[in-house]
Parts: sequence; structure tokens; C-alpha cells
Amino acid sequence: MTPLGLAPVFAAVVRRDLTLALRRRSDVLTTLFFFVIVVSLFPLGVGAQSSVLRNIAPGVVWVAALLASMLALVRLFASDFDDGTLEQAALSPQPLVLLVAAKVFAHWLVSGLPLVLVAPLLGVQFDLPVGALGVMTLALLLGTPCLSLIGAIGAAFTLGVRGAGGLLALLVLPLYIPVLIFGAGAVSATVSGMSASGQLSILGAFLLIALVLGPWASAAALRIALE
Amino acid sequence: MRLNLWRYASPQTFYPVADKLSPWFLGLAAVLAAIGLYIGFFVAPTDFQQGESYRIIFLHVPAAWMSMFIYVVMAFWCAVGMALNTRLSFMMALALAPTGAMFTFIALWTGALWGKPTWGTWWVWDARLTSELILLFLYIGFLSLHAAIDDVRRADRAAALLALIGAVNVPIIYFSVQWWSTLHQGASVSLTRAPSMAATMLVGMLIMSLAAWMYAIGASLLRVRGIVLERESDADWVQELGKAAA
Repeated sequence: MTPLGLAPVFAAVVRRDLTLALRRRSDVLTTLFFFVIVVSLFPLGVGAQSSVLRNIAPGVVWVAALLASMLALVRLFASDFDDGTLEQAALSPQPLVLLVAAKVFAHWLVSGLPLVLVAPLLGVQFDLPVGALGVMTLALLLGTPCLSLIGAIGAAFTLGVRGAGGLLALLVLPLYIPVLIFGAGAVSATVSGMSASGQLSILGAFLLIALVLGPWASAAALRIALE
Repeated sequence: MRLNLWRYASPQTFYPVADKLSPWFLGLAAVLAAIGLYIGFFVAPTDFQQGESYRIIFLHVPAAWMSMFIYVVMAFWCAVGMALNTRLSFMMALALAPTGAMFTFIALWTGALWGKPTWGTWWVWDARLTSELILLFLYIGFLSLHAAIDDVRRADRAAALLALIGAVNVPIIYFSVQWWSTLHQGASVSLTRAPSMAATMLVGMLIMSLAAWMYAIGASLLRVRGIVLERESDADWVQELGKAAA
């Protein structure tokens, strides 16, 4: 029997993970509502002057996106690790890197993409101008896959470890900092009337680097966890 | 006769070496620190802009250098361990991490003490301060990941991979933060242009850096000695060591 080609395997893993996610819709919605609630708390905490809100909006939305993506990461490999699926995947003739990439992609579709889609709505709450809303959506579209790719490494490290959630935050959040800086920077630049193309290009560059190195590092970390 | 350094990759042969060398390095560190502090406090002139407060440079700059240097050395041992599967390399990396974290903390703390009189604030969100803070987070992440995994072999390899990922990310984080904000004074010592400080200050600082370096070697040898004993406690040679001591 010849092993399946790479593209069908990728598609099969994505389809499987999406199906599993749709069967447990509450998990997906939890992440999304967490994001919405965290962002909505800030005006209550810092006051509702629209000048203040407009200034803090980029940072608030991005930090909330970081935290929401962290919240979802704990589940990325955990159930597959517990029931042994991951071990079988590691033994299969297909490269583990490919399976990891497919899982991360599916994970982004259910936990990252909804944040991107709901972000403009939250931006309106913060009185952001229309141009900035577009830039914010674009920046999140480039940035959230980076978060999933980097976060997957942390999720692989913390498999079967005591206090996985807290440790995951400790490992992953420092690595998120560049994405946060340029993601929020793109929106801030637009709000103050400058072009955001530089920041968006750098976010794109981060995405490319994360695409190349991320699944590979996650696969290495998974192999250590499965030893 | 050719000295075979690979021989010392075995914990058993390295243990006596670490045992004998660590007091020498720590002693050297004490002597150099005494000389460096003497120069720093009594020989170096008062700075015409910052007055006496600049003298914290003799602690701050060596600590900041060592904090970054130790991370590189740690990542190096992690890479060696991952590539050659040598147990001692992982032990060395683990022994270096607390010292590196300590120097990072000292650099931040003394930086705050220096910042108050010269900039008028304990903390600014400047590129180098922020990167140093992130470096502290990376050290803490390394140590916590290692501590969270019970199986030592797995803990070693996972923490090593994390250190390498951190090493890849450090330049990216550094340049992101630098782009984000820069208020810090330019680098005090640069290899490409003439030093912007008095020669005695530079000498004092370099001697203090050497002292910090020697301390880092001595302290991590002392710590790796403990780690070897802990991990090899079932081995015959450790048992005999215990009998000989008793």
C-alpha cells in the first residue's frame, strides 16, 4: 500500500479537527466570548471618553486576542495526546510536521478566524475610524495565524505537565511580543494618520517565518513529549 | 600526549574537575571584584554630568553583559546536548540558568536605581530595559518548564528546545522592541568607535565584568556538581564517594 499524498493527509486532518470542533461548539464560542468580554471590560475600567478609547483600542484588542488564543491553545493537542491519537500520528509514515501544520491550521480556523471577524465590531465600540478598522482586521488576519503557530510549540511542551495552563502562558506570551508590537502598531499608525504598510509587511514576514519554523519546532517538542 | 576533552563529557570524570575548579573560579571572582570595586569607588573620577550616581555602572553593565552572554552559553550547551545527546551538556545548561536569571535581575534592579537620579524615573519602557525584562521571562520559562516535567530526560530535552527557540526569538524580540521605542543612552562601550568614557572607568568596568564572568563559571560549576550528584545518586562511584566522606 502506498502512503497517501501530502495534500490529502493535510485535508483529512483539517476536516477531522473541524468536525470535532463543530461537535463541541461551546469550546469555540468560549474563546470568542472571552475575547469580546475582555475587550468590553476596558471601557468600564479606564472610562469611556472616546479620545482615550481610540488610543487604547489597538493595544486592548491585541492583548485580548493574545489571551484568547492562549486560552484555546490548551486544547490543541491535549485530547489527542490523552487518547493516544497523537502517538499513532507520530508513528504514521506521513511526516509529523505536516500533521502538526494541519492541526494548527484547523485550530486557527476555529479559534483565530472568529476573533478576526468580530474585531471590527469591537473596534466600532472603541470609536475607531473606518480606515483603522480595516487595518486592524488585516493585521489580525496576518497576526493570529502567527499566534497559533507559536502557541502550538508551547502547547506541545506542556502536554501532560502539571499546571499546564499557567506554564503555557509563561512560555508563550514572551514569544508573542513582536506580533503584539507590530499588530497594535499598525492600527495605532492608522489612527494617527500614518501609513501602516510597514507594520503590515513585517507582520507578513513574521507569518512566513512562523510558517516555516513553527510546525517543525512543534513537531520536535511533540516527539519529546511522546518519548 | 593529546588531551582528550571528550573524556570530560562523562559526569563521573567531570565531577572531580568541577569540584576542584569551582573554588578557584570563585576565589578569582572575589579578588577581581575587590580590585574592580576599589577602582570603581576610589580611583575612577566623578562623572561631570551624573556625579557619583554613575558608579553603579560597575555593577550594572557587567550584570547586563553576563545576563545576555549566559543565555547564549546556555543555548549553546542545549544545542550540544540535543545534537550529541550528552547528559552533561543538559546539566550544564540547567546549572547556568539560575545564575543568568540572577544577573538579569541585578541588571534590571541596578538599572532602576541608576535611572531614578539620572532620568528621574525608576522605569521607562525603553527598548533595552524591555528586552532585558523579556530575557528574565525567558530564563524563568526555561526553569519552570524544567521543573514542571518529572521525567528528567524529557525535562532536559524540552527545556533545551525551548532555550533554542528563545535564542532564535531574542534578536526578533530585540529589534521589535527597539523599533517600538528608544530612549536609552547609546551603548556605553562599542568596538567600532573610541570609548566615550575615562580610561579608569573602562578598566574598572572590564575588571568587574571579568569578576562577574569568573563568578558565573564558579557558581555554575558548583551547581552542576550538585546536579551530577543528584542524578547519579544510584551510580557506584557516587555511593563510594559517600562512603569515603563518611
